[in-house]
Amino acid sequence: MSITINIPSALRPYVKGQSTIEAHGQTVGQALDFAEQQHPDLAKHLRDDTGQLRGFVNIFIGQEDIRHLDGEKSPLSNGDALTIVPAIAGGAS
Amino acid sequence: MTRTLSPEEKARFSRHIILDDVGLAGQEKLKNASVLCVGTGGLGSPLLLYLGAAGIGKIGIVDFDVVEESNLQRQIIHGTKTVGVSKVQSAKDRIEDLNPYAEVITYEERLTKDNALDIFKDYDVIVDGTDNYATRYLVNDACVLLNKPNVYGSIFLFEGQATVFNHEGGPNYRDLFPEPPPPGLVPSCAEAGVLGVLPGIIGTIQATEAIKIILGKGTTLSGRLLLYSALDLSFKELNVRKDPNAKAITQLADYEQLCGLKPPDNLDTPKEERFERIQVREASSKLDSGWAPYVLDVRKPAEADIVSLSFANRLVPHDQVNQVLAELPKDQDILVHCKKGGRSAQACEVLAEAGFTQLFNLEGGITAWAQEIETSLPQY
Repeated sequence: MSITINIPSALRPYVKGQSTIEAHGQTVGQALDFAEQQHPDLAKHLRDDTGQLRGFVNIFIGQEDIRHLDGEKSPLSNGDALTIVPAIAGGAS
Repeated sequence: MTRTLSPEEKARFSRHIILDDVGLAGQEKLKNASVLCVGTGGLGSPLLLYLGAAGIGKIGIVDFDVVEESNLQRQIIHGTKTVGVSKVQSAKDRIEDLNPYAEVITYEERLTKDNALDIFKDYDVIVDGTDNYATRYLVNDACVLLNKPNVYGSIFLFEGQATVFNHEGGPNYRDLFPEPPPPGLVPSCAEAGVLGVLPGIIGTIQATEAIKIILGKGTTLSGRLLLYSALDLSFKELNVRKDPNAKAITQLADYEQLCGLKPPDNLDTPKEERFERIQVREASSKLDSGWAPYVLDVRKPAEADIVSLSFANRLVPHDQVNQVLAELPKDQDILVHCKKGGRSAQACEVLAEAGFTQLFNLEGGITAWAQEIETSLPQY
């Protein structure tokens, strides 16, 4: 499966500045693993020391949060777009 | 008691009143409504201007800061004339100039778990224009406990997020982000920069949502997260749902602890640091008496373009320090600095891990140096 992953500004430094990257996998977890192999610096921003997705990073397939699907086991279809949405906090300073 | 509009107010707000979805009844709802804005910075500036102009009857503003010149690139409710003035006073004066019928109440204090519920309870709608995770969780939890809508916006670099939390049974911030990032992993806007017009876009979306909630018109962003990218000029909408596994919010927490800004109470021995922390005054007097450390500036080159210490030896961004280890002296004291001391502490950790032992972190960074030692240096 060929998958597009939309990268937020905050994480672009870890994927050579790209706004989207291509990945492959049957599931969300596999696509993220593929992306992390291509871009090793991305990994610590997506997962904690135990390999779990971090609680301040959300992954959406289309418009749906994978937490409300089947998590990293959520199946992908060819051409699906994943969007990474990290918590950002700026606003006052 | 419901307040009605005077003839002068009817004329002032006529462009609203002739809108079918507002009308005289809608404008009176705005006049009788109260909105609290937490933060009078990038987001608070545009949204307070528009809420004031729109005829919201009572506007509360919470901020403990004073206006600085470097705020004015985006904080357009303030001005050059109010540099040095408290932000809440500066904002109040501007709102009252725009709409003398508005009652503006100022809270010149930091929002904490001790004052949040007391301040929030008097308002219909809360608007989150803060700039840190700890306050965002506090605003969220206080809104949940008091059952008030939380109009959320946040920005970073060229991107913004907006939604409405805790409205008519909808999801709240913890449903979307169950936990905050650890300190240091995500830089702040003060460290990373932010496009000045970006909070203008997100703040005016927040103002629109607050007005819609009061009017009871249209479809709010509740249950939808709006993502805006200024660089790509794209808007994306994602679904936000209540998390069935989320812990119920029953009381306010220790938000500094939640965000890792202080160790948990049950941790007996804090992690030992392998570098010394030195205050700017002590560093200055040591330098005057002959101390000759290698001075490493770990800010970004663009920051050094604004201002640098005249005696800095090397500029290497903090996340690239591990690439120049071989070029740094191991038998000499190294004084590491950044803007405020956070990134340099991270760089000291990296250097300590690599075997460097004579490490000094300049507390407060070049900002403290400019405030206390070389006051002619610009601050940013």
